[in-house]
Amino acid sequence: MPEAGRPTIGREEVAHLARLSRLALDDSELDRLAGQLDVILGAVAQISEVSAADVPPTSHAVPLENVTRPDVVMPSLTPAQALSGAPSEEDGRFRVPRILDEE
Amino acid sequence: MSDLTRLTAAETASAIASREVSAVEVAQAHLDRIAKVDGQVHAFLHVDAEGALAQARRVDDGELSGPLAGVPLALKDVLCQQDIPTTVGSKILEGWRPPYDATVTARLKAAGVVILGKTNMDEFAMGSSTEHSAYGPTHNPWDLTRIPGGSGGGSSAALASYQAPLAIGTDTGGSIRQPASVTGTVGVKPTYGGVSRYGLVAFSSSLDQAGPCARTVLDAALLHEVIAGYDPRDSTSINQPVPPVVAAARSGEVKGLRIGVVKELTGDGYEEGVQQRFDEAVAILQSLGAIVTEVSCPHFSYALTAYYLIAPSEASSNLARFDAVRYGLRVGDDGERSLEEVTALTRGQGFGAEVKRRIILGTYALSSGYYDAYYGQAQKVRTLITRDFQKAWESVDVLVAPTCPTVAFPLGAKLEDPLAMYKQDICSIPSNLYGGPAASFPAGLSEGLPVGLQVMAPTLREDLLYQVGAALERALPAAVPPLAWEN
Repeated sequence: MPEAGRPTIGREEVAHLARLSRLALDDSELDRLAGQLDVILGAVAQISEVSAADVPPTSHAVPLENVTRPDVVMPSLTPAQALSGAPSEEDGRFRVPRILDEE
Repeated sequence: MSDLTRLTAAETASAIASREVSAVEVAQAHLDRIAKVDGQVHAFLHVDAEGALAQARRVDDGELSGPLAGVPLALKDVLCQQDIPTTVGSKILEGWRPPYDATVTARLKAAGVVILGKTNMDEFAMGSSTEHSAYGPTHNPWDLTRIPGGSGGGSSAALASYQAPLAIGTDTGGSIRQPASVTGTVGVKPTYGGVSRYGLVAFSSSLDQAGPCARTVLDAALLHEVIAGYDPRDSTSINQPVPPVVAAARSGEVKGLRIGVVKELTGDGYEEGVQQRFDEAVAILQSLGAIVTEVSCPHFSYALTAYYLIAPSEASSNLARFDAVRYGLRVGDDGERSLEEVTALTRGQGFGAEVKRRIILGTYALSSGYYDAYYGQAQKVRTLITRDFQKAWESVDVLVAPTCPTVAFPLGAKLEDPLAMYKQDICSIPSNLYGGPAASFPAGLSEGLPVGLQVMAPTLREDLLYQVGAALERALPAAVPPLAWEN
């Protein structure tokens, strides 16, 4: 976070974040988002005003403990059901686009 | 019976149980009503006439019974219903039919509730107006040129236009309560963990909570009892008895109840008419014997900023599952493009503007170098907001505030100004961050549009919400939408 003043976010950084988020955005979307995110970040940066150095963080409203159940077989989806929404399938599996570079 | 769509859920169930009317007649009356008015309201994304009538027949045949057997319901399109399209208001899930029921859906079916269809919502429940639905906005039955609230605007509009006496909403930052407020209906966000999230398409997992929506306090309580309770399929489900909400709704006793008015949830940005109706509602509760004091919750002022770091962060992680592999849309798979390129193209085309904004904001808040200053700091502020609630419970039983600073605004008014839209949730977000229950109850009209009173209670004290809501409902004239647009 920048040391002083309100944080800023530009078009280049939005493009980088879009790549990290696997979102293909066109130029006009990048321009729009950069402007809007800059305003939103300026507002949420107000969070730094709160003095909370010694305060523990809360990730969850319910105190979390490991929840387990006996290891017994329960009804679950059939392979056909699990594949029923897939955009593409083959031989009872999810078919995916190329995941390795071509030789 | 004259008009079956005007009955409360409790009246409907009783008429069906005593065989005054059949569940099929009730279902058909509501399907006819949907056919008549939903072209103008657009509350539903999908209507399942066949399934609704089949379920109603099971009730009439005595296969299913219970306090809400045969009563029609509108289900928010964020909850899975087996073999019925579930879109979450997004193009990325267009045409997807879940192979299973959410726990909420399964409980409704087992209770004999008749699910009419799936209701419109802001995409992935991100919004306060339903204008972020990929399938077009819903219109407020009080004034079709205005928003019905969001994200659950389809559910609230279905209630206010008598298309269903019951609905299910989900509330991450106010998506049950703000729509209830601006449509003059009742909406309850249960304690986090009180209603199972199994089969609820995730937005922000530490905040999301499904709950009941209705036109009356008792109807909401009856629905609450049907959907609430422990579910081993949700690891954050609370394994404790459901609070006695129906008994509380029937009692409506507030004598001696200590009510705290939140000092921070007023002032600039709160419409005069909203503030007046709120003050009058508090005065009514006082006249009924409640003890009213002002309570300061200093960190509530930071709830909105904490929320807009925590919720987008969780969303950016949760929505990574939409990868064009297991379900939903796939774009640009031409045999040449890599998985990464296809995923990015699919997400770029499948998600709408607000979802993209929040994914990028969340990715930013979680990224190396910013994590401590944004996401980490927001989690600390969450602790401070929880402490504000806990301190308040030392002196009062419930907190009250307006549900929303404004009445329903015109469609389009805040669409280009995300920050202005976010401020709709300024009063509702604290309870999501804390995890306790909160509700919106009708508190009269301002210039012909509904205003809501919000009640917030300690964890697993939903009964207190219903007590206050029932007291107010009895003291105020019912808010009946004029529906002047109807043919």
